[in-house]
Amino acid sequence: MSRIYELTAAELPDKVRSQEVSAEEHLHSILERIDRVDEKIHAYVTIAREEAITRAREIDKKARRGKKLGPLAGVVVAVKDNICTKGIRTTCSSRMLENFVPPYDATVIERLKASDAIIIGKTNMDEFAMGSTTETSYFGATRNPWNPDKVPGGSSGGSAAAVIAEEATVALGSDTGGSIRCPASYCSDVGLKPTYGLVSRYGLISYANSLEQIGPITRTVRDCALLLSVISGHDSRDSTSVKIPREDYLKYLISDVKGLRIGLPREFFGEGVEEDAKEPVLEAVGKLEEFGASRREVSIPAMKYALPAYYIIAMSEASSNLARYDGLRYGYRDKNDEGNFDEVFSRNRRIGFGAEVRRRIILGTYALSAGYFEQYYLKALKIRTLIRRDFERVFKDVDVIIGPTMPLLPFNIGERIDDPLKLYMCDILTVPANLTGYPALSVPSGFRKGLPVGMQIIGKPFDEGTLLRVAYTFEQNTKYHEYRPPL
Amino acid sequence: MSGSRRIPVEEIRHIAELAHIELTKEEEIIFTEQFNRILEYFSMIDEADTENVPLTYHVLDLVNVYRKDEVHESMKGDEPLRNASKKEGRFFKSPRIV
Repeated sequence: MSRIYELTAAELPDKVRSQEVSAEEHLHSILERIDRVDEKIHAYVTIAREEAITRAREIDKKARRGKKLGPLAGVVVAVKDNICTKGIRTTCSSRMLENFVPPYDATVIERLKASDAIIIGKTNMDEFAMGSTTETSYFGATRNPWNPDKVPGGSSGGSAAAVIAEEATVALGSDTGGSIRCPASYCSDVGLKPTYGLVSRYGLISYANSLEQIGPITRTVRDCALLLSVISGHDSRDSTSVKIPREDYLKYLISDVKGLRIGLPREFFGEGVEEDAKEPVLEAVGKLEEFGASRREVSIPAMKYALPAYYIIAMSEASSNLARYDGLRYGYRDKNDEGNFDEVFSRNRRIGFGAEVRRRIILGTYALSAGYFEQYYLKALKIRTLIRRDFERVFKDVDVIIGPTMPLLPFNIGERIDDPLKLYMCDILTVPANLTGYPALSVPSGFRKGLPVGMQIIGKPFDEGTLLRVAYTFEQNTKYHEYRPPL
Repeated sequence: MSGSRRIPVEEIRHIAELAHIELTKEEEIIFTEQFNRILEYFSMIDEADTENVPLTYHVLDLVNVYRKDEVHESMKGDEPLRNASKKEGRFFKSPRIV
């Protein structure tokens, strides 16, 4: 077994339990892989080598003593660097938090640890999750493992790249406007944004709190279901986490879509969406039809306003959520303390935050300021209602909505970064699920010009089971999930 | 609509001050240009008919989530000060106020 780093999260725990493979040798195999390939990709900001080895030894000890091991025994997890990990620095890929070491674990991290997973490190991201390319990181861009000249997508680009490059078994990302699904699509991973409220946000460093969710990024649909089963469920420390019974999502992994009604929104296949992004998805829908699903065209007229409404809401919430960074209790504090309170804070925030973060905070402040509040912020919240109504209407007649995850193939690093508006346009197909809170999953659905294309499946609230079943059916009848980048 | 009105650099400077973000002279010019383009794009929402449409602040219909008023474990000793770059004794050291 020379390539044990290839094992999936579903395969590994039994081997660790039976001591066929030790958690430590598996971990070392991944650490060696990181040493070999991460130079080319730059998926990680921090590698928690020592902590991970200690954990692996504890798990092996439990296995030797015949103690009960959790459902993720030995599974190596990469964590996006905006999710707090006790004792491991959590930077949000920002100079502001370059040296921030959280004194507590996020709820999802507690749950991973309780299920005997190993946190291997923290992955690169767009600064404070504001971006779709992972280029705005203070620590430099992550590269697409399929082609190092291309962006890996973002903002969870490090997590998605690490998983497909087999520098981790699975990863956690966060999705505010597509930040899990976009890099999953661009790197050929499975990425799920759960229904708003399904996964606790306690310990997730906030960007736009009414939109974001933590979710899994994996190589297979089974691993996605497994990871979701561990991290989901009510948490009293997040008042927006929903009280519903915990589920074992593995039970939805049935290769069967007979009678499934698929809606194809006109707006997901219209102007501004490249042929290369559409074709593989339409072929995939054809495949699902072969297995008994039916399709119909549907329409979400309010989608036309989704992107500006999303950005206005996200920036407004960001301006409030990021007001806490004053450099006083934690975060960047400049040596120069000249001037009064306001001057010192404004200086810390200029140096600590990158350009895109400052742009969004200032624009959000503008949208919330007297005279513009109604025109921008309140109007955007009304459009959010219109989109919700469209979704509710469409889902009366269909079980899932399917479309491309991204409107274009992965593009070159540096190609769009100087034009914020052009970058924002990339999120057009992913933001509706955040505005409505509906769950959405991206699954590998083919390649064009040697680059991956993801199919996006959107479902009814808390119907992650159906998303997983549809994705699983497609995956089991195709080979795309078996392809790996040439590294 | 006023949404497509051009915002002068002075206004950007003022908003940046409200947001507690210092801008360099160069940035003021670049940001003003970018903001005008972005806001012009945003102003397309003006045309949407939202008469009598309620606001969606939040997708969940949650109101007043309470918990029992019980004491939980909290950080001990100097733990809360660990990430502060300037401190004195057991206090955060702030810049002068005025």
